[in-house]
Amino acid sequence: MPVERQLPAEDLLLEVRDLHVHFPLDEGTVKAVAGVDFDVYRNRTLCVVGESGCGKSVSAQSILQLVDRPGRIVQGQIRFHRHDADGSVTVTDLAALRSSSRALRAIRGRHIGMVFQEPNTSLSPIHTVGNQISEVIQLHLGEDEEAARRRGIEMLERVGIARPAQNYDAYTFELSGGMRQRVMIAMALVCSPALLIADEPTTALDVTTQAQIMSLLQELQADFGMGVMLITHDLGVVAEMADDVVVMYLGQVAEYGDVDRIFHAPAHPYTKALLRSIPNLDFDQDIRLDSIRGMVPDPFHRPVGCPFGPRCDEVIEGRCEAENPPAFSLEEGGSVRCLHYEEVTLS
Amino acid sequence: MTARAMESDRQEAINVATQWQLMWWRFRKHRLAMTSLVIVILIYLVALLAEFLAPFTPDEFQADYTYAPPQRLHLFLETENGLRFQPWVHGYKVEIEEEALRRVFVPDEEVIHEIGFFVSGVPITLFGFLETDRHLVGPKDPEAPMFLFGADKLGRDMLTRMIYGTRISMSIGLVGVALSLILGILLGGLSGFLGGHVDNIIQRVIEFIRSVPTIPLWMGLAAALPTDWPPLRIYFGITVILSFIGWTELARVIRGRFLALRTEDFVVAAHLDGVGQMRIILHHMVPSFLSHIIAALTLAIPNMILAETSLSFLGLGLRPPIVSWGVLLQEAQNIRTVATAPWLFSTGGAVFIAILALNFVGDGLRDAADPYAR
Amino acid sequence: MPADAFRRFSTRQGGVLWAPPCPRTMIRYILRRLLIMIPTLFGISIIAFIIIQLPPGDYLTTVIAQLSASGDLVEEDVIASLKAQYGLDRPMHVQYLKWISNILLRGDFGTSFEWDVAVGELIWSRLGLTVTLSVATLLFTWAVAFPVGIYAAVRQYSWGDYLFTGIGFVGLAIPNFLLALVLMYVAFKYFNQSVGGLFSPDFVEAPWTWARVQDMLGHLWVPMIILGTAGTAGLIRIMRANLLDELRKPYVKTARAKGLSELRLLLKYPVRVALNPFVSTIGLTLPILISGSAIVSVVLSLPTSGPLLLRALIAQDMYLAGSFILMLGIITVLGTLLSDLLLAWLDPRIRFDD
Ligand SMILES: Nc1ncnc2c1ncn2[C@@H]1O[C@H](COP(=O)(O)OP(=O)(O)O)[C@@H](O)[C@H]1O
Ligand code: SF4
Ligand SMILES: [Mg+2]
Repeated sequence: MPVERQLPAEDLLLEVRDLHVHFPLDEGTVKAVAGVDFDVYRNRTLCVVGESGCGKSVSAQSILQLVDRPGRIVQGQIRFHRHDADGSVTVTDLAALRSSSRALRAIRGRHIGMVFQEPNTSLSPIHTVGNQISEVIQLHLGEDEEAARRRGIEMLERVGIARPAQNYDAYTFELSGGMRQRVMIAMALVCSPALLIADEPTTALDVTTQAQIMSLLQELQADFGMGVMLITHDLGVVAEMADDVVVMYLGQVAEYGDVDRIFHAPAHPYTKALLRSIPNLDFDQDIRLDSIRGMVPDPFHRPVGCPFGPRCDEVIEGRCEAENPPAFSLEEGGSVRCLHYEEVTLS
Repeated sequence: MTARAMESDRQEAINVATQWQLMWWRFRKHRLAMTSLVIVILIYLVALLAEFLAPFTPDEFQADYTYAPPQRLHLFLETENGLRFQPWVHGYKVEIEEEALRRVFVPDEEVIHEIGFFVSGVPITLFGFLETDRHLVGPKDPEAPMFLFGADKLGRDMLTRMIYGTRISMSIGLVGVALSLILGILLGGLSGFLGGHVDNIIQRVIEFIRSVPTIPLWMGLAAALPTDWPPLRIYFGITVILSFIGWTELARVIRGRFLALRTEDFVVAAHLDGVGQMRIILHHMVPSFLSHIIAALTLAIPNMILAETSLSFLGLGLRPPIVSWGVLLQEAQNIRTVATAPWLFSTGGAVFIAILALNFVGDGLRDAADPYAR
Repeated sequence: MPADAFRRFSTRQGGVLWAPPCPRTMIRYILRRLLIMIPTLFGISIIAFIIIQLPPGDYLTTVIAQLSASGDLVEEDVIASLKAQYGLDRPMHVQYLKWISNILLRGDFGTSFEWDVAVGELIWSRLGLTVTLSVATLLFTWAVAFPVGIYAAVRQYSWGDYLFTGIGFVGLAIPNFLLALVLMYVAFKYFNQSVGGLFSPDFVEAPWTWARVQDMLGHLWVPMIILGTAGTAGLIRIMRANLLDELRKPYVKTARAKGLSELRLLLKYPVRVALNPFVSTIGLTLPILISGSAIVSVVLSLPTSGPLLLRALIAQDMYLAGSFILMLGIITVLGTLLSDLLLAWLDPRIRFDD
């Protein structure tokens, strides 16, 4: 998919192309991700939005091949651009590596960090904070225990944990949810990765803490100059954080573009419906995407034709039921999977 | 009763029915558990019909055949007009083993004893009132030896004794579990329903009983039963001792269910309706956890059977003339005897099958009652 | 285990697997746990006392019976003095106090009338061997169940998983004593060997030497396997179920996202967390082992507590029997205490839970 937007090619970090992830279950195959494309750049935040179950987490986890069994990448490429200190760039297709391979393990935690949704269960209950942080440092940077401790405490301070030296030796059950998520962030960033993937990092937290964590992420991005892939179902967060936006629907990218264009000139009927469902873009409000007509189809029975067809307000009779639209490039930049934009590309 | 309460009762009946049905459907899918259920039912049928199924009575003996080995059962007899279905066994003849200079039984190829169905034998009383002298199988000639599982030191038929032992051992499991259930429901129920201090004390007691090694304790208590008690009283004494320790696991399960249910919506709703506490317990709580209790009960039976067998084996439990699996196995205690008469072990096979089958049924029931719990 | 030993596990490949807890919380926990133990011990002593009192007649009746059997004339004042000596003319609770304080203060468990010696002389070596056998079995059970449980969970529904589940069920359904009998039978019939006892004839009465220990180890494995089979089966199932649970937890994914290797990740996180419920099963396994060893020892005629306890019970040698029951109970409680402490040492959530 040609992404014709004037972004500096030397800042390209990650290119995901035609990604397909399937779960072969006894009841049938779930095509959780069915052809997804997007790019992540240094110094930019890509937000992935969509209703629950549309394949955001599976897409994100397949980048580091962390998808639960029996999920498998069946098609597509995940090209990671590694920028070394001397300015050279190495491109690796992560989708082609074995999930337990040394090459992939060297990238996990070192060049790509990951923060998950549930800070409570995503940390081990019986290891101290310090143990879990220093592990990454020792593993990837080869520092000894003392140096790792110093660096770990520094990082805890950096993510805003009070009394970092003390909390370094604490167990996670002694910390609040917000603090735990800060620990997760510290763990993901302690090796200064080029890319941070955060999968709904604030969903489990209360509103005030959510805002704090978001601004922490913004701050850290500015400092580290990393690329961020932020998954959320909250358009308020998107408005606040995103440079680029991927709108997902049923395992596919419905629309892709920069945040201003998406908010001011949404192209896809689904994106429009999403935006209509927001009362206003006030950050304090708990904004949920739940007022779109109809239901998400069950994963075993994808609709024939356009996946959004059964819920779409702008159906083209006779076409939408028959064709699954490919991604069409938009003049304003970005792309959209809707038959209404066929001519736009042709012209 | 108000119309509303009646309505809710009817609704409830439907819910309960479907709950049982669901459980049965889930259980049926469990093939191992289904097979085991059939086996368990057969075993209890054997226990029920022991007198009729056994070819002899447990104390009937043929002194000429002490330690006679099992006979091979032949199903078809060759007659002038071809092969005919007619089970039969060879007789025995005695030979002197050269080196050991002892008598051994070998099949006497010359002699054929026919086995018949519904043959007349020693008079028996079925179910306590039906008098008959018919046995399902037996030698057509009442004097002929028939020891399909061999004979013991007095020349008694092992098969017969095992069948009679089934009744005692399997029933001790049931009676013991019933007693444990009463204790378990009482204490576990109180613990779970009242909570607080009562719960605390009962939990400590349970912990205490579980932390004491049971077999020495059983041994101590069983040894205290007076030796001059009649068999029936010994039987109940042993059962009481076994259930005295066996109730803790049941109490734990019941308490757990009570705790889980106390917070469930429909109980809270019934509370708000002002329905009496007793009604809450009977109409709402009991049906919904009956399934769990049945599973726990089924799993408790094999433990009871094992305990009885172990105690009797040691000579501290049931004693002859009672015939139980443990009593039979006690005769296999001397390794030299067993070396010459390994068929004395055959009761072990019965214990093994019964316990395995009960465990599988229990596991299946537990899974069916609660597919998500381990 | 010293903390340093654990540190040595630490590699440059990701730091320490586990760090020992701070001593202060640990001491607080130990004290609390010791307090809880007191009522349990009290309860056990009551039960033992009741068992001593249960048989019809009392100790004195047996002594008198014995004296008259040996032809001595039993005079009223002798009986009275004996009664006073044993406190039998006093109420129950006074008798209990006398009995328990004799044990606690002077280590005097009373006299075994059958053997006509102090109970203390009879029980210690037997208890020692019971503990040895139980602990050896426990270790054996663990050594087998731990790796096999991990294997069965990681390779769920594999051929090996089914095999171990099958063996487990079989182990569960054979009573210990039957297994012992069958093993003895097989050894006797096909190998013409006796597998009973804990020592070769030469060592039965010998004093403790290294050679005797070796001889014992050579005999120990038979009862160990017999006793351990059912427990091992149960533990494999527990380990498998716990680990399967843990493997699904999100923290495993977090660890994978850090770049840890699969083996290290498995050992450091899910296995380590699943170890805790595993350790906590000692509390349940130990009574079962001590319990089971009583009966297996009878079959195999081992010089442990079981056979002597049985004999004492049959002969109504109640002080001996009661002392065994008391001591076996205490050993179990101490074992459970140790397992709880080990668990607290391993699991911070328990230490902090007030
Ligand atoms: N472990 C799994 N097993 C089976 N199906 C799964 C699994 N994980 C995810 N899926 C399927 O993939 C789809 C996308 O899930 P996910 O990416 O978690 O959604 P979300 O966008 O809410 O993060 C879901 O509809 C679900 O059916
Ligand atoms: S292709 Fe048709 S159904 Fe699909 S979004 Fe566009 S208009 Fe709607
Ligand atoms: Mg998700």
